[in-house]
Amino acid sequence: MAHSARRDSPELPDFSVLKRLARDQLIYLLEQLPGKKDLFIEADLMSPLDRIANVSTLKQHEVDKLYKVEYKPVVSTSDQLCFLIRPRIQTVKWVCDVVNADKAAGKFKRYKIIFTPQKFYACETVLEEQGIFGDVSTDEWAFYLLPLDEDIINLELPEFFRDNFLEGDQRWVRTGGSALHLFHSIYGPFSKVYGIGRCSKMVYESWREQVKEGEQKARQAEVGTVFLIDRDVDFVTPLCSQVVYEGLVDDIFRIKCGCVEFGPDVTSSDKSIKVMLNSQDKVFNEIRNEHFSNVFGFLSQKARNLQTAYDKRRGMDIKQMKTFVSEELKGLKQEHRLLSLHIGASESMMKKKTKQDFQELLKTEHSLLEGFEIRECISFIEEHINRQVSYLKLCPLSLYFFTGLLPKDYRSLKAQYLQSYGVDHLLTFANLKQLGLLVEQQPGETLTVMESKMGKLVNDKTAGKLTDAFSSLAKKSNFRALSRRLSLVPKSDEEYDLRVPRDMAYIFSGAYIPLSCKLIEQVLERDGWTGLEEVTRLLNGHEFAVTADLRPQSDAQRIILVMFLGGCTFSEISALRFLGRERGYKFIVLTTAITNSARLIEAMLDNHV
Amino acid sequence: MAFITANWNPLGEAFYRKTELYEMCWNLRDGLRDCLVAAAPYGGPIALLREPHRRSPSSRPQLEIYSASGNSLASFPWKSGPVVQLGWTVNDELLCIQEDGTVLIYDLFGSFKRHFSMGQEVVQSQVLEAKVFHSPYGTGVAIVTGSSRFTLATNIDDLKLRRLPEVPGLQGAPSCWAVLTQDRQTKVLLANGADLFILDNTSCTAVSPPGLSPQVSSIVHMSVSFSYKYLALFTDTGHLWTGSAHLQVSQSALCLSSMWGCRRPKSQQPSVVLMWDRLLLVAGVCNDIIQYPHRPCVCVGELDGVRVVSSSRQELLQEVPLVCQEIFKIASMAPGALLLEAHREYEKCSQKADEYLREIKEQSMLGEAVRQCVEAAGHEYDIQTQKTLLRAASFGKCFLTDFSPDSFVATCRELRVLNAVREAGVGLPLTHSQFKQMTVQVLIDRLVYRQFYPLAIEICRYLKTPDYQGVSRVLKHWASCKVQQKDLSDEAIARAVCLKVGDSAGVSYSHIAAKAYECGRTELAIKLLDYEARSGEQVPLLLKMKRSQLALSKAVESGDTDLVYTVVTYLKNEMNRGDFFMTLRNQPVALSLYRQFCKLQEQDTLKDLYNQDDDHQELANYYVTASYREKRLESRLSVLQSAVDEYNKAKNEFAAKATEDEMRLLRFQRKLDDEKGAGLLGLSLQATMEALLALGLHKQAEQLYRDFRVPDKRYWWLKLKSLAEKEEWEELEKFSKSKKSPIGYLPFVEVCMKRHNKHEAKKYVSKVPPEQKVKAHLAVGDGAVLARCSASDRLLIDKLNRARATATKK
Repeated sequence: MAHSARRDSPELPDFSVLKRLARDQLIYLLEQLPGKKDLFIEADLMSPLDRIANVSTLKQHEVDKLYKVEYKPVVSTSDQLCFLIRPRIQTVKWVCDVVNADKAAGKFKRYKIIFTPQKFYACETVLEEQGIFGDVSTDEWAFYLLPLDEDIINLELPEFFRDNFLEGDQRWVRTGGSALHLFHSIYGPFSKVYGIGRCSKMVYESWREQVKEGEQKARQAEVGTVFLIDRDVDFVTPLCSQVVYEGLVDDIFRIKCGCVEFGPDVTSSDKSIKVMLNSQDKVFNEIRNEHFSNVFGFLSQKARNLQTAYDKRRGMDIKQMKTFVSEELKGLKQEHRLLSLHIGASESMMKKKTKQDFQELLKTEHSLLEGFEIRECISFIEEHINRQVSYLKLCPLSLYFFTGLLPKDYRSLKAQYLQSYGVDHLLTFANLKQLGLLVEQQPGETLTVMESKMGKLVNDKTAGKLTDAFSSLAKKSNFRALSRRLSLVPKSDEEYDLRVPRDMAYIFSGAYIPLSCKLIEQVLERDGWTGLEEVTRLLNGHEFAVTADLRPQSDAQRIILVMFLGGCTFSEISALRFLGRERGYKFIVLTTAITNSARLIEAMLDNHV
Repeated sequence: MAFITANWNPLGEAFYRKTELYEMCWNLRDGLRDCLVAAAPYGGPIALLREPHRRSPSSRPQLEIYSASGNSLASFPWKSGPVVQLGWTVNDELLCIQEDGTVLIYDLFGSFKRHFSMGQEVVQSQVLEAKVFHSPYGTGVAIVTGSSRFTLATNIDDLKLRRLPEVPGLQGAPSCWAVLTQDRQTKVLLANGADLFILDNTSCTAVSPPGLSPQVSSIVHMSVSFSYKYLALFTDTGHLWTGSAHLQVSQSALCLSSMWGCRRPKSQQPSVVLMWDRLLLVAGVCNDIIQYPHRPCVCVGELDGVRVVSSSRQELLQEVPLVCQEIFKIASMAPGALLLEAHREYEKCSQKADEYLREIKEQSMLGEAVRQCVEAAGHEYDIQTQKTLLRAASFGKCFLTDFSPDSFVATCRELRVLNAVREAGVGLPLTHSQFKQMTVQVLIDRLVYRQFYPLAIEICRYLKTPDYQGVSRVLKHWASCKVQQKDLSDEAIARAVCLKVGDSAGVSYSHIAAKAYECGRTELAIKLLDYEARSGEQVPLLLKMKRSQLALSKAVESGDTDLVYTVVTYLKNEMNRGDFFMTLRNQPVALSLYRQFCKLQEQDTLKDLYNQDDDHQELANYYVTASYREKRLESRLSVLQSAVDEYNKAKNEFAAKATEDEMRLLRFQRKLDDEKGAGLLGLSLQATMEALLALGLHKQAEQLYRDFRVPDKRYWWLKLKSLAEKEEWEELEKFSKSKKSPIGYLPFVEVCMKRHNKHEAKKYVSKVPPEQKVKAHLAVGDGAVLARCSASDRLLIDKLNRARATATKK
C-alpha cells in the first residue's frame, strides 16, 4: 500500500487456535466410530475441511476412502460409513436412500452422520420419516469459524442469505449466535456491541442467552468491540461491480474458500493451478486492496525490482554467489512465480473486462448511484438485455430498480428480460421483489410522498402488522435519502486520485462509499447511534448498542469484530482495512459467506431440477 | 455441672449414658402394645399400625405417623390388605408391605404415592416376614414367603427383584434372619434352628460361627450393627454371641435368659442392647452388662447409639464419647477438664483460674484443651452444657495466638442448627456425628419433606449453602407443594409463587408448572409457565397440556427454530389440515419454516397451503416451478394454464401475459421441432430466434418477431450478430439498408471487426453519426494495432489500455 499503517495500531489475535479446536473435535468424532470407515463429505465442505485437516490426518484416524457427496448411489465396500454434511434436508434424504438401499440388499453397515455446524430437528424428522432413525447415529461438529486470513473468518454458509432474508427461515439465527459465542469464549469478553438489522438483533439475543447459560471466566479481552450488520441493510454495495484487485479477482475467477483456480489463460501454460490468496502471498498482500488501475503500475515496478535483485548476481564472486543462492534466490524465485501469476491474472481480467464494456458498465452504475442520466442508463441496460450479454446483468438492473422505478420502465424491462432469458425468471423477479430488491413505484406517487407516508407508519407502533407489511416497501426506496444524509456519493466535480485514496470511496473508483462501512465508521465515531436517528429510521430500525460494564482496554477496544449476516464482499473488507489504517483500528470480518453481485443474484434464482 | 456424670454407667472401660430426648407429645391410650412400629434412623419419623391383624371392615386398623417427638403428622384407617411390616425409606417415605407382596408407598403426611409388587408368586404364597434395609444403593426390601423363598429388592426406586436360591431343609419362616450388605453385595443371613446360612444371588452357604456353644438347638434372634460390621446372635440356651459380620472373630459368650430384641450401637467397643419386657440390657465385649429397668419400648438403631422410644418418652442410649469422658470424668486431669475448671473459676472471679491455666500451658496443651472443649460441646445434648463448654473454649482461645478459629466457628453454627431442629416442634433429634454423616443437603431435604420451609431457608442462609443446593431447592419444593393447595385460587397461588421464587437461580417454573398440571390445574400451570424464562422448557409442557397455539407462539418467541419445528410437527399430527394451516397462518415464522420443509419434502402440501391462504401469486409461482417438472408438453401446458389462471386471480396481468406467451412459444417450438427437428423446446424467445436465424429459418424468426412484439432493437441485434457470425456480408449490407437501423451503425462496425473484417467494417463507418465516429474509427484502427503487438510488448498494451480507459471515462 502506498502509505503504511499507523504505528499504534493493535496486533490482531491469533486465529490458528480456531483451526486446532475444530480439528481436535473432528478427530474426536471420527474416533467415536472406531475401525476403518469411508467418509462422505458434502461438496461445499471439501475446501473448508481442507483448511482444517488434510487427507493424511484423516487417514491417521482410520478413514479409509474419501468420497464427495454426489447424490448418487454409493459404491463403497466398507462396512462403516460416515457422512460429514451440512444440515440440509436434501442431503439427509440422500443418506436415507443409501441406507435403505443397503437394507434392501440385505447389507448391514454402521452409519454415522456428522452434521456441521449443528443439526436441525427437521433433519432428524426426515431420518424418522424414512424409517432409519435407529440405524444411524448422529453427531454435531461445532465447526463454526474458519479463519480464511489473518482478519477474515468465514462461516461458509452461503444459504444463510437466501434462507434468512428471502424465505424468512430463521433456523440459522442460532448458528450465528453460537458462532459469536464461540468467538466470544476465546477472544472476549466484549465490552461494546453495536448492531443493526432484525437478524443481527436476533443473533445478538441468541448469543446473550448462550452466554447466560454457560459459565463465565474472567479473561483478558483480545477483541473488545463487536458490530453486527444484516446484509439487507445494504444491498447496494454488493450489487456494484468490484474494482479493487481482490474483489475483481473474486468477480471474475471466483475465490472459493480463500483459494482461486487460475485457468490456462492466466498461467500461460496448458494447465490451471490453484492459488491460495491471503496475506502469506507477499505480492498479493500488497495489491489486494488497491484499485485496479494502480495494480499494473505496481506490478511492473515490482518486476523491475525483481530484475535488479536478479541482476545483483552479476559480478559476484563465488562466495557471494553461494550466499545469494542459499539465502535470497529461493525467495526471489517464489516472488517471481507469484508476480507472473498476478500479472497473468491482471491481463486476463483486463481482456475479459474490455470485452464486456466494463467501463460502460461502471459508468452506468455510478450514474445510477448518483441518480443522474437515468435515461441513458435504461437504454444501456436495455441494450445489454437485448444483446444477451449475461444474465447476471440483472445486477445493474436491480440496482436501478432498487433506487425506484416507474411502472412503465419496469414492465418493459421485465418483458425484455424474460424474452432474453426465459419465462422461469418470473420466479426470480418474484424473489427479488420479495427480498425488496425490486421496487415498483405506484403511479402518481413521488418518492418523497412514499417516504413520508411510510415513515409515519413505521413510527406508529400501534400500526403493528401493517407496519411490517409496508416497512419492506418503505425501506427500499430510501437509498437516495440515505445517500444524501450520509453523503455516500462524493461530489463528482473534484478529481479523485485513486493512488492516494481520501476515503473509502476509492474502492468504487471514488464514486460511492459503501453504506455498510460508512455506518460502521459513523457508529464507531459517535460511540453509538446518537445523531443517526434519521438514518436508522430510513433503514427500518432494529439498531442497538450495548456497553458492558468492563474495564475498557485500549488495545482490545480498537480491535473490532464486524459480523456480516448474509455475507460481505471483498470490497467491503478492503474499505474496512482502509478505515482501520486511517483511524488506528484493526477490523476482523466475521461473515456467513463471501459474496459478490453474481452470488447475490444467483441466490435469487429458483433452480428447478 | 457436677451432675453430668449422674446418668453414666460403666461398661468395661467405657461409659454408657441414657439421655432424654423428648417427652413424647403423642397420646397413646394403649401404649405400644399390639402395634406394628417403624421408626426411621437419623431422628426419623415413627409409624404405628394399630392392631394390624384386625380385618373386619367395621373396625379397621389405624395407621398413624408421628414425628420423632410425637407430633402427629397423619392418621387414617388402613383400608388395604393386611400389613406384615412397616419401614421407612431414606427419603422419609413410608413403606407398607402387605401380605400379598404389594408394597404401598406413602409420604410423611400419609398421602399415597405409588405401589409396587414383590412378584407374582408372592400373591399365592403370602409374605411371612419382611424387612426394610438401607444400603449405599438406597432403600431395599426383603421378604420371605410362605414357600420359604427369599426375594430381595436392593433399591425400591430402581426396582429389580431378585429371587434368592432355596434354603435346604427350611420349612416355613426361619427362626430368625437379617439382611447384610457386604462387599457391594446384599445377602441374607438366616438361622434355621441351630444352622446358619448365608444366601446370596446364586448360592446358599451353610456357615458356623466359631465358638458358638454346641448345645445350642436354636438361634432365636440375630442383629446386625448399623454399619453392617458386627453381628449378634442370641440362642435358646440364653447365650449371646457377638462377632464380626463375616462370622470370623468370636468375641464373647454371655449367659442370659430370654431376649426380645437386640440392637447394637456403634462405639469404641462393640456392644449389644438387649431388650426384654421390662428390662433393657447393654452387653459389652468384656462380659460386663448394664441393666435398665424399663417399660415396654421400641429400639431404633442409630449411627452412634440407640433411640429408645416408649409410650411416654424417648431416650438416646449411647456410649459417652471419649472426649466427653475425658472432660467430665470425675477427677479427670485431661487438658479440656482443666480448661473447663479454669473458666468456671474465672467466672467466679477467682485467681485459681490462672493456676489452672498455667498448669495447662506448662504442658503446652492449651490448644488440645480448646479442641477438646469444642468437640465435647458438639456431642452434648443439653444446651447449657454446650454453652459452658464453648465459653470455656472461647476463654482458652484468648491465650492462644495462632489457633485457627474455624472448628470453633463451625461447631457453633452447626450446634445452632442442631438445636433448632431438635426442638420438639420440628422433632429431628440428631446427634452431631449423625448430622456430619447425613450432611446439610440431606438435612435440608428432611426439613423440606416435613414442610418446614422457612426453617430450611433460614438454615441454608445461615450456613451459607450455595443457592442452587440450598434456598433454590427449598423454594422449588415449596412451590411444588404450594400448587397442590386446593383451597387457593389460581391467581393467588401464581402470585404467591412468583413473589417468593422470583428470579432465584436454579428454580424452574416449568417444573413447578408440571407439578400443577399433574394435580389437574392446567390454568395455574399456564400462569406459572409465563414466568419461565427459557422457552425450551415451556414448550414441551404446553404441548402436553394441549395448548398447542400457545406452545407455538412461545416457541416462535424463543427464536429457536428447532423448537418451532417440534411444535409444528406435533400440530401437523394432532390437528386436521384446515386448523393446522390456520394456526400456521398466524405465525409467519413457523409458516415460512414449514414452507421451506414442504418445498423439499411435500410439494403438494405447499400447494394446499397457498390455496388455503388464497395466495394466488405464490400459487402461480408454484405452478410455474411445477411446470418444469412435467416431462410431457401437454401436461406442462396445462400446469402453465393453471399458473395463468392464478396470476389473473392475483391481478398480476403482466405475469399472466408472460406465461401465456410462454405457452404460445412452447407450442410454436413444438411445431417447428416436429417439422424441422430444430430442437427448440424450452429455449427462451431470444434463444429460439437465435437458433432459427442460425438455421437460416429467417421467415419463422420474422414470425416470432412480429407475434411476440419483439422490440426492433433486439431483433436488429440478433440478426446483425447472426449474419456476421455466418459471415454473410452481402446479406448484412442488404439488411443495413432495409430501413434505418434502430441500434445505429456502430454495432455494425463492431461485429465486423470482431470477425476481423476491416473491409466490411469500413463500409459502415460513414453511416455512424458524428458523436460516435471517433469510437468507430478507433475500433477499426485500434483493433489493428492491438492485433499486431499483442504478442510482443506487454508494457505497451498496458499503457494503451490505460489510455483507452481514460478515453472512455472522459
